[in-house]
Amino acid sequence: MVEIILIVLMSFMLIAALIALESRDLLSSIVSLGAVGFMISLVFLFLGAPDIAIVQVVVDILTLVILIRATISRDLHPVEDIRGFFPFAVLLVLLIILTVFGLETMHYLPKFGTSMSRVAEYYLAHGLVETGAANIVSAIILDYRGYDTLGEATVLFTAVVGAVAILRRKAKQDG
Amino acid sequence: MDKKGLSEITKSITDLIMPFVFMFGLYLLFFGHLSPGGGFAAGVILAGVFILITLAFGKGGVEIYINRERSHLFEAAGALLFLFVACSGIFTGKGFFTNVLHQEFGSRYFRFLSGGNIVLYNIGIALKVMAGLFMVFFILSVTRVVLEGTKLKMRRRK
Amino acid sequence: MIYFFVFLLFAIGLYGVCCKRNIVKMIVGFTLLDYSVFLFLIMIGYRKDGQAPILDRKSLLDVFVKQSVDPLPQALVLTAIVIGLAVTALMVALAVRIYERYGTFDITNIKKLKG
Repeated sequence: MVEIILIVLMSFMLIAALIALESRDLLSSIVSLGAVGFMISLVFLFLGAPDIAIVQVVVDILTLVILIRATISRDLHPVEDIRGFFPFAVLLVLLIILTVFGLETMHYLPKFGTSMSRVAEYYLAHGLVETGAANIVSAIILDYRGYDTLGEATVLFTAVVGAVAILRRKAKQDG
Repeated sequence: MDKKGLSEITKSITDLIMPFVFMFGLYLLFFGHLSPGGGFAAGVILAGVFILITLAFGKGGVEIYINRERSHLFEAAGALLFLFVACSGIFTGKGFFTNVLHQEFGSRYFRFLSGGNIVLYNIGIALKVMAGLFMVFFILSVTRVVLEGTKLKMRRRK
Repeated sequence: MIYFFVFLLFAIGLYGVCCKRNIVKMIVGFTLLDYSVFLFLIMIGYRKDGQAPILDRKSLLDVFVKQSVDPLPQALVLTAIVIGLAVTALMVALAVRIYERYGTFDITNIKKLKG
């Protein structure tokens, strides 16, 4: 039952992704990207991750706002979208390599719905007693694997500093 | 577009709704260790509140709450709070990142204070994420399109 | 197999990055690549008829261990989503600067590497 819902949602997602890339109008392509994000959040809900679904919805909305704010008031000339034959050839080669290696790896992946690693069983069984948090995902990212969160804070800081440094205004000579 | 904000209807609705969204963000922050949520969800929702106020009221409307210097301060304060709480394990003789408040005082579960250090970590992360994302959007929204450079023979727009 | 759909989404994102001339379409392609990887990670951790990994007052621990989904991929994806947003904002900042300098979003017109 869950698999059927997932397949339906993902078909809609693929159609919306194609519309997002092929549409001539930039506003419609950005809105289709927002639709892809919402459907991914629904898929996260069905896969048992409510925490991630909240973050995905809000991040999707903020991506829409940032993209629209940057492109809406520009004088947009329609851009002819095909780049010539060479990028298509590169893309085909990459996809063939990915498909060959992907089909090999599919044998080693567990069947959909049957995996559990031993570390995760330890975290689920002892998480409440050792950290005091009932949300095991919070216990993992803030107590068992706190270093990764420290690294994430550093990466976020670097990205923000980079964006601010790019958009900084020098003293202009006129106007 | 930036100075005046959007129409009157949007401003009134934003006035009505934003306190509730802010309260929801604070709920996700403080109860993040007991129910879905946590520092990241709270941080992006609080950033969304301030971004929506910037869109609806213009740059002047959001300066009362938070401007560039204050968001620099919040971001640094969040990161330093995270590091300081993480170093509290070293100060009390155990390792880095030990949950000292839970090991000293924690005995009851499913309460607000039962997570120990986790609540303080959540607050630090939420401050950092909120200030960072708001700062990026604010700087992106105050740049105007001015074509510079005299080598391009284009019309100069103000 | 349901992983095939995720691979198709990844391929569409890759097509957007490689073969499009407009910078905004390339940013959309990067975002689709990001989303497909997050989706794949959470699908790896799914257990059939699984519950969310959040304890309640009334839940029993051994039933919980047998029935909840894997919390480790969720911990990885949670920070990655926020970092993806920050990187998208950085790319949009670059696109805005390029537009101010060259007057167009078309990457084949960006030829001057100095100045």
